Amino acid sequence: MSRPIDRNAPGIDVHNLVKRYGDVLAVDGVSFSIMPGTTAALLGANGAGKTTTIAIILGLLVPSSGTVSVLGVDILANRYRVLPRMNFASPYVDLPRRLTVRENLDVYARLYGVPRRRERIEELSEELEVAEFLSRATGSLSAGQRTRVALAKALLNEPDVLLLDEPTASLDPDTGDRIRTYIEQYQAERSTTILLASHNMAEVERLCRHVMMMRSGRVVDAGSPDDLLTRYGREDLEQVFLDVVRTPDEAAA
Amino acid sequence: MIDHPGSSATRIGAIVMRHVYILRRSWPRLLELAYWPTLQMIMWGFMTLYLAQHSDFFVRTAGMLIAAVLLWDVLFRGQLGVTISFLEEMWSRNLGHIFVSPLRPIEFVASLTVMSILRTVIGVVPAAILAIFLYDYSIFAMGLPLLAFFTNLLVMGWAIGLMICGILLRWGQGAESMAWLVVFLVAPFSGIYYPLSVFPEWLQMIAWLLPSAHVFEGMRAVLIDGAFRWDLFGIAAGLNVIYLGLGALVFFHYFRVARERGLILQQGE
Repeated sequence: MSRPIDRNAPGIDVHNLVKRYGDVLAVDGVSFSIMPGTTAALLGANGAGKTTTIAIILGLLVPSSGTVSVLGVDILANRYRVLPRMNFASPYVDLPRRLTVRENLDVYARLYGVPRRRERIEELSEELEVAEFLSRATGSLSAGQRTRVALAKALLNEPDVLLLDEPTASLDPDTGDRIRTYIEQYQAERSTTILLASHNMAEVERLCRHVMMMRSGRVVDAGSPDDLLTRYGREDLEQVFLDVVRTPDEAAA
Repeated sequence: MIDHPGSSATRIGAIVMRHVYILRRSWPRLLELAYWPTLQMIMWGFMTLYLAQHSDFFVRTAGMLIAAVLLWDVLFRGQLGVTISFLEEMWSRNLGHIFVSPLRPIEFVASLTVMSILRTVIGVVPAAILAIFLYDYSIFAMGLPLLAFFTNLLVMGWAIGLMICGILLRWGQGAESMAWLVVFLVAPFSGIYYPLSVFPEWLQMIAWLLPSAHVFEGMRAVLIDGAFRWDLFGIAAGLNVIYLGLGALVFFHYFRVARERGLILQQGE
């Protein structure tokens, strides 16, 4: 019989992760640990290795070396033990466009073994304000509406660990703010461990207690938003971000 | 907090429901499933009528060509049922969501085979029923042998379908045309409309490696001699075990390759 999932173990624990594609080193010795109930961010320029790291944590991608455990379970050896306790949303992965929102949520509720599917879908639809277009084809929705639907899908199983890859990308400020408020409240109520990859620094400052800055596949700095601001002598995370992602020559120019 | 990941059957049912939701709303898709089998059956039915006017053989074996075309479509639709269901996930860029859910790859394969049965039945049964009204020929009169032929051809379709899905995982939508082409590679050597004895000996040896060749020889034995050839059925079933094993091997191999190369998140782009 397999050990039960340890909800006191780090939500996500990554140790010396390496991912190599031929000569290209996409992730180069990344290590970090996110305590349960914490929201952390992975920041970095395009191609820094954020999405690759998230894909490895989800088990979609096999690392060249290193270990990843989620809730104390080795994701590389036992991913199906912990996948029911995780979920994920990304603008780079779609839900079937011809299915209605309700049908999509129903399919994923079945996949995650959600009890009382109908009630759960209704509940999330109300909370995320998607109830009015439950019967519409998912492909006919606006970007903001689709983002809310993707988030509803990610929360169907009330995950202990939630991975969000740019959850508010391409949203208008109002919708983006609503999503951030919802994530903030949801995390506070349920103590979900959240790993967020984002280019929106204001979002990161607002939601995250811990920030990891990536450059060229490495975590080059980490700390709380306040720590980073102090360390770099900057007023906001955007400036810190630019300091970190730019090479010294670029920064001087 | 939800602590029960659900049963394997529920997860397989979820993927089946995803495709049923699309099919039941889209009459063009449903029509497309039945269109080619029906059209083929009508053409070969008239061909049979014509040949029967000039040959005693075709009078005695009425319906052999119709049975052949319907059974061929079982193989073709069986394979398409697997690959089109898989392609639907690629087209909708949904594979990333599916493979981070608790659905295991073997359950995903099982759901593809269930959809293959559904799509084949929707495609072939209307054509078979229409043949009764148009040509007074019922393939169902074959009885239990029909079930044996149907099962063997369907399983061979799954095997080819799984190999194509593996190739699609590895090479992406650039290899999409294989979904429609590969099965026709085996068509000339399966002896759908003619016995294998017309082949030169070396080609017969190759043809006998195909489960479909045993099925169509078995079909002719039933329709011409009125005898069910258990030997042909047994060899077809044995070969299908090997073919299905190979199909699964290719799919799971390329699934592993896709996970190593990060191909799952790139599909559909």
